[in-house]
Amino acid sequence: MADVPDNAPEHCPGTTSEQAGKSASCQGCPNQKLCASGATKAPDPAIAEIGAKLSTVKHKILVLSGKGGVGKSTFSAHLAHALASDSTKEVALLDVDICGPSIPRIMGLEGEQVHQSGSGWSPVYVDDNLAVMSIGFLLSSPDDAVIWRGPKKNGMIKQFLRDVDWGELDYLIVDTPPGTSDEHLSIVQYLSSTHVDGAIIITTPQEVSLQDVRKEIRFCQKVKLPIIGVVENMSGFVCPKCKNTSQIFPPSSGGAEQMCADLNLPLLGKVPLDPRIARSCDEGRSFLNEVPDSPAAEVYRRIVQSIQDYCSNRVTEEQSTT
Amino acid sequence: MTVGILDVDLCGPSIPRMLSVGHTDVHQCDSGWVPVYTDAQKSLALMSIVVWRGPKKTALIGQFVSDVAWGELDVLLVDTPPGTSDEHLAVLENLKKHRVDGAVLVTTPQAVSTGDVRREITFCKKTGVRILGIIENMSGFVCPHCSECSNIFSKGGGEELAKLTGSVFLGSVPLDPQLSSSIEEGKDFIQSFPDSATFSAISSISQTLLNSLQMT
Repeated sequence: MADVPDNAPEHCPGTTSEQAGKSASCQGCPNQKLCASGATKAPDPAIAEIGAKLSTVKHKILVLSGKGGVGKSTFSAHLAHALASDSTKEVALLDVDICGPSIPRIMGLEGEQVHQSGSGWSPVYVDDNLAVMSIGFLLSSPDDAVIWRGPKKNGMIKQFLRDVDWGELDYLIVDTPPGTSDEHLSIVQYLSSTHVDGAIIITTPQEVSLQDVRKEIRFCQKVKLPIIGVVENMSGFVCPKCKNTSQIFPPSSGGAEQMCADLNLPLLGKVPLDPRIARSCDEGRSFLNEVPDSPAAEVYRRIVQSIQDYCSNRVTEEQSTT
Repeated sequence: MTVGILDVDLCGPSIPRMLSVGHTDVHQCDSGWVPVYTDAQKSLALMSIVVWRGPKKTALIGQFVSDVAWGELDVLLVDTPPGTSDEHLAVLENLKKHRVDGAVLVTTPQAVSTGDVRREITFCKKTGVRILGIIENMSGFVCPHCSECSNIFSKGGGEELAKLTGSVFLGSVPLDPQLSSSIEEGKDFIQSFPDSATFSAISSISQTLLNSLQMT
């Protein structure tokens, strides 16, 4: 049964939730008895279907953060661009930020629509080897708001994983919204019968950001999602005029460097603030192409290399154990 | 004036640290949960909270709204997480029986940010929440060494968004390392840096808001 069936009442808690059939909103729902009996809490068959569908995807990477506004989507988009710069690799970027889908704009795909074919939904292509999927492509206006509760968002994520015709991919990058809630639990749940290489955690230097990011890290550990490493964004600003550095977002508790040392996690890089990054994102262009010599672009390239090395090492390890 | 802050960002609650009330337990009294006060004069009360799905978050927010003994307040501010989902719907549903004066929307200058805030505006219109105005945060950075202004997160998006959607533009707040440090340390920026441009920006915004709430 669908997580939120079509005939469910407005605040349906979801057929697989603990409250299924028991919540106040279940009163009068034709499915109430079925849900309350526990029959709907059997493992979702979609999990196995997604496992089969994504068997043609070699590497899956999640981009997470506990905090909003730290640059997850910016990072996900540029990771996708960087990986796809090797024309022999097939790369896809999946945006599961249902309420705030920024990826279409950042990838220069605003206004594009998704098409359906016999083999499922076709993602939107930036280049021959770079595909994107986002709820943004399903909305007809930039003012449309997706005012959905958790169960409905979960249903959308399931469709993205099961019904999109991804084809053979070297990398599938999943950009997530901030937090540790429905979208994150669902993506981990629906990918549970596939192998996820790991998560990249994005933060900014301040403790206010790190305290949420630590929760995200605990979430990853709880669901046994490997952490590839941490990226510290907005790490200092060099004034273009006098070249002095300002710590606009001060690393008052030692920044990501201290956190990674405390938690024994790799710090993949510290990306400085650069006004050209925001401009490129607004214009839907890759700043790695626009300003390849900028200090931020150099840090990005090193981070991407670490991620590629991590993924190749995982393949080598698997081959040596089989 | 007595003010309360309700932090419904359950997964990323930042308000306790920013107000220096990090590790305090919440107690219950006969009238409900006791909010945490940031000062002896009890002029600022706070209630805040994780890996939860929507229905559980909704239930807790309901409790925060109904079961906290806020006492007499002039203003209750509700800080929300990004998005248009469970937390936002839960707050509105629970505040329905009280009067919600309106919402203040915060954006940064770039199109990537205003693109999401447009959707938030639609959320307000659809749920009947009056939009008190738009604030543009992280609006430029003045180098403390040479005073050169850099538009790190682009420029002008907040004002454009206000024009586009027929909303009031309340003002811009610049990027300010002193503000960031104060927040990190849970200090009152307004007490510590009363002469800063950032303070006058925030002051002017709050004055405009109070005028629109007819509280001057």
